[in-house]
Amino acid sequence: MMRSGNMAVSMGLLVRRLIRLSHRNVAVSRAAVLSRSHCHWEPLFCRSFSDDRNTHFGFETVSEDDKAKRVYKVFENVAQKYDIMNDAMSLGIHRLWKDMLLHAMHPQPGAQLLDVAGGTGDIAFRFLDYVRTQQEQKRRREVRSMQLQSWQEISNSYPTIDEGGHQESRAVVCDINKEMLKVGKEKADGKGISAGLSWVVGDAEELPFDDDQFDIYTIAFGIRNVTRIDQALQEALRVLKPGGRFMCLEFSKVTNPVLARIYDAYSFQLIPVLGEVIAGDWKSYQYLVESIRKFPDQEEFKYMIEDAGFYCVKYFNLTGGVVALHSGFKL
Amino acid sequence: MWLPASKPLQRWFNQRHRVLTCKAVCVQQLCISSSQFTESCYDGLYPGHIPTTPIQKALLAVGSGVAALQNPYRHDMVAVLGETTGHLALINLRDRMRNDPEGYTILMERPRIRLSTLDLSKMSSLPDGSFGREYFRFLEDNHVTPDSRADVKFVDNEELAYVIQRYREVHDLLHTLLGMPTNMLGEVAVKWFEAAQTGLPMCTLGAVLGPLRLNASRLQTLFTTLGPWALLNGRRARCVLSIFYERRWEQSLEDLRQELNIEPPPITPSASKKRST
Repeated sequence: MMRSGNMAVSMGLLVRRLIRLSHRNVAVSRAAVLSRSHCHWEPLFCRSFSDDRNTHFGFETVSEDDKAKRVYKVFENVAQKYDIMNDAMSLGIHRLWKDMLLHAMHPQPGAQLLDVAGGTGDIAFRFLDYVRTQQEQKRRREVRSMQLQSWQEISNSYPTIDEGGHQESRAVVCDINKEMLKVGKEKADGKGISAGLSWVVGDAEELPFDDDQFDIYTIAFGIRNVTRIDQALQEALRVLKPGGRFMCLEFSKVTNPVLARIYDAYSFQLIPVLGEVIAGDWKSYQYLVESIRKFPDQEEFKYMIEDAGFYCVKYFNLTGGVVALHSGFKL
Repeated sequence: MWLPASKPLQRWFNQRHRVLTCKAVCVQQLCISSSQFTESCYDGLYPGHIPTTPIQKALLAVGSGVAALQNPYRHDMVAVLGETTGHLALINLRDRMRNDPEGYTILMERPRIRLSTLDLSKMSSLPDGSFGREYFRFLEDNHVTPDSRADVKFVDNEELAYVIQRYREVHDLLHTLLGMPTNMLGEVAVKWFEAAQTGLPMCTLGAVLGPLRLNASRLQTLFTTLGPWALLNGRRARCVLSIFYERRWEQSLEDLRQELNIEPPPITPSASKKRST
């Protein structure tokens, strides 16, 4: 029965992939026709459509090379006001979403975290806080259990309290954009956090780490900006230790139709206006709301994660489906 | 409860948005995005145009107003406020320009005042008292450049976008014509003149709120001499946007003022470099 279930899943994946491929071919051929009829100016222009594959940049169609550059430019422009804008756009709810990610993660002392597209460091800071709180609670529990013993027993057990043994937990923040990392580093300096935290420039599609390095891989609100999501998922599988967990927070499809209409109106009417007024940048935030619409929904993303080789993939809808938390294991 | 009433309204909004985006798509279909074409291909009716729905315009007007009040140095917010609130005043201005022969020429030829289009060395060699020389002196004394004006983004008509762009570029020339420096008092005096001339809500707002940042002696100067002079001249002067300044650099400043029906300023506030705090 399990085998038939798996076959149905893989048939579904095959059909989906065929549909995606046909859409891509249609888009390329349509673009090629238009380019031939309208652009007699630049031969390079026509050539670019036959060589590169196309992807989406919000509601625009761009070549895959272009997308990476344009996404870089967007985040370079918004880096300074990124956190303020997050608070303004989500009315502070993004903090709750990130807290829920940490609760679902429930990291233990000694865990190694890789936070990809972690830019300004929100997840990494929460992770270190959580782990330190856990450690303190553990220590307090040990001390409390000691209080009923005689002084001799206590003095005998002194070496065991100091014995660390296991590794210290570590968080690595990886981002392709240097401006975002710069803002994150300044935040860390402001909070006085330096131990157990490192900042690395890297591309989610090609991570600068060895295989089997990390216990937890997180990517919060970053994966929809990646040009080739399947490659990013494969890299995630590679750098995780066996038994490691992949966790992804991302905007997704709202299930409730009334909430969906309110959410659409809010996204398209208010968010670019907020971007213009607070950050002086309309277009970056227009890209943001469009890219949310182009990202696959909860079920399809779950299939993509399973496709990459993860097991026990589950997702949880937060705020009625505005955000989805996907989780999978490498076994 | 309000949902049924809003349906026809929403349909009207959607239709307007569709008309705008159709116009924009016609332009867009010629140029599919490619990094080589970011200059010649643009999404909208003119380079830098961002089509917006009426709701977005209303939100922008409120937001930019608040932002500009909080931080008057955010010139981009002042610009956005002007664009989103000035539709009727811009139509009025454009019609006035059309009715004037020189203004009509400007609307046809669309000259731009930018460092690249001005010949500053030639202007500095003109005789004292000529319009070009005085403008050059103004740029030097106040350390400003004609390139610091924000681009138009939210005006949904290509001609009106040019009118407001022309208004922004003429602002510095107005300083020269009126003999006002770029300190707070000078700016408020120019704003009063512009409010009387153009009727743009942004100018009116600036004219009303600007004096709040002046100290008592300057307020007195404003209300007794400068203010009434600015208002009177604003009302009776010829439309300042209808003058082809680029062809009048050699003309004497006094001559130009007479032609425009502007009296020389009663007093000249000192051109202190200190900006308002």
